[in-house]
Amino acid sequence: MASAPLQVSLVAADHEVWSGEASFVVARTVVGEIGILSGHEPMLAILGSGEVRITKLDGTKLIANADDGFLSVENNAITIVAHHAELVK
Amino acid sequence: MGAQLRVYRQKIRSAQTTKKITRAMELISASRIQKAQARVRESTPYSRAITRAVSAVATYSNIDHVLTTEPEKIERAAVVIFASDRGLAGAFNANVLKESEQLAELLRSQGKEVVYFLVGRKANAYFAFRKRDAERVWTGGTDAPQFETAQEIGQAVLEAFLRDASEGGVDEIHIIYNRFVNMLSQVPEVVRLLPLEVVEGVEEPDSTATLPLYEFEPDVEEVLDSLLPVYIESRLYNAMLMSAASKHAATQKAMKSASDNADKLITNYTRLANNARQSEITQQISEIVGGADALGSGK
Repeated sequence: MASAPLQVSLVAADHEVWSGEASFVVARTVVGEIGILSGHEPMLAILGSGEVRITKLDGTKLIANADDGFLSVENNAITIVAHHAELVK
Repeated sequence: MGAQLRVYRQKIRSAQTTKKITRAMELISASRIQKAQARVRESTPYSRAITRAVSAVATYSNIDHVLTTEPEKIERAAVVIFASDRGLAGAFNANVLKESEQLAELLRSQGKEVVYFLVGRKANAYFAFRKRDAERVWTGGTDAPQFETAQEIGQAVLEAFLRDASEGGVDEIHIIYNRFVNMLSQVPEVVRLLPLEVVEGVEEPDSTATLPLYEFEPDVEEVLDSLLPVYIESRLYNAMLMSAASKHAATQKAMKSASDNADKLITNYTRLANNARQSEITQQISEIVGGADALGSGK
């Protein structure tokens, strides 16, 4: 069972797009989509261009476009770094 | 009006005009510095995230990658100098260029050839005046650096880095820029970008704790291949932003002391002008009195 919430930060080259707690994150890497829940093993992946979907703790969803970047997971902290990133809604 | 007095009045007017200009420049850079600092702040999360990721790969994987391993023999080193496009910033450009001379001397004493990449018109002018060659020059955007420029510089230096030394490639990349400490102090800083050595701002992994095993997607090589250029770009971008903020701070300081000096000049010349006017009046009075005396005694 998921213990601690995920600490997510979505960062673009010139500013931080969003940061906060979430329960579930889906991102598209170069090899395919990946979903990350709390307790995921440490990982470093190359992002393909596409959507990042973040499910917040209260169940609402946040969708962002991220292009050309990285996704790192470490101790329930997810950092999504992209050259260009913006919230869709 | 006496000639002396006219000269002083002219000097006062000239100092006043100069003061208007320097005061305006001081105010302009004071307002720009806030913006520049904000941009440095905004870019920090990105470079921190990238730096963390790079150190994670470097620490938790023992893969040999061209970007992380030290070549056995370093023949040529690239130096990227971040100066500014405009002067009137006190010792801003002189500092960074002096530092680059020292670094070049050090590198040459180690038997390395030095190749320059220049950013900013002032650095270009410095090299042109001394008839030295630079590999590449970027000018025109130092006041408000664009990320695209950082990408361009990153690509150029990486391309030189990946080329073989025998074909004119470099084995080492250093950058020199003015680091923004605070409004009053900006220090030139030299950082070796490649091969990676110290990765700052990252906690040392606890030796007792088991190292997390990173999963790489698609694989370590590919992650490194695409991570390191990004790392370089973000470091370069950060250096450019720092340099821009420092430039504005240096300009503000230089222009403030210029305005203060103009003030001092105006005070001094005003005193001298008063003096000249007074002595003119004194002379006129004594002439009149002398004349009256002469007329009176003639009766």
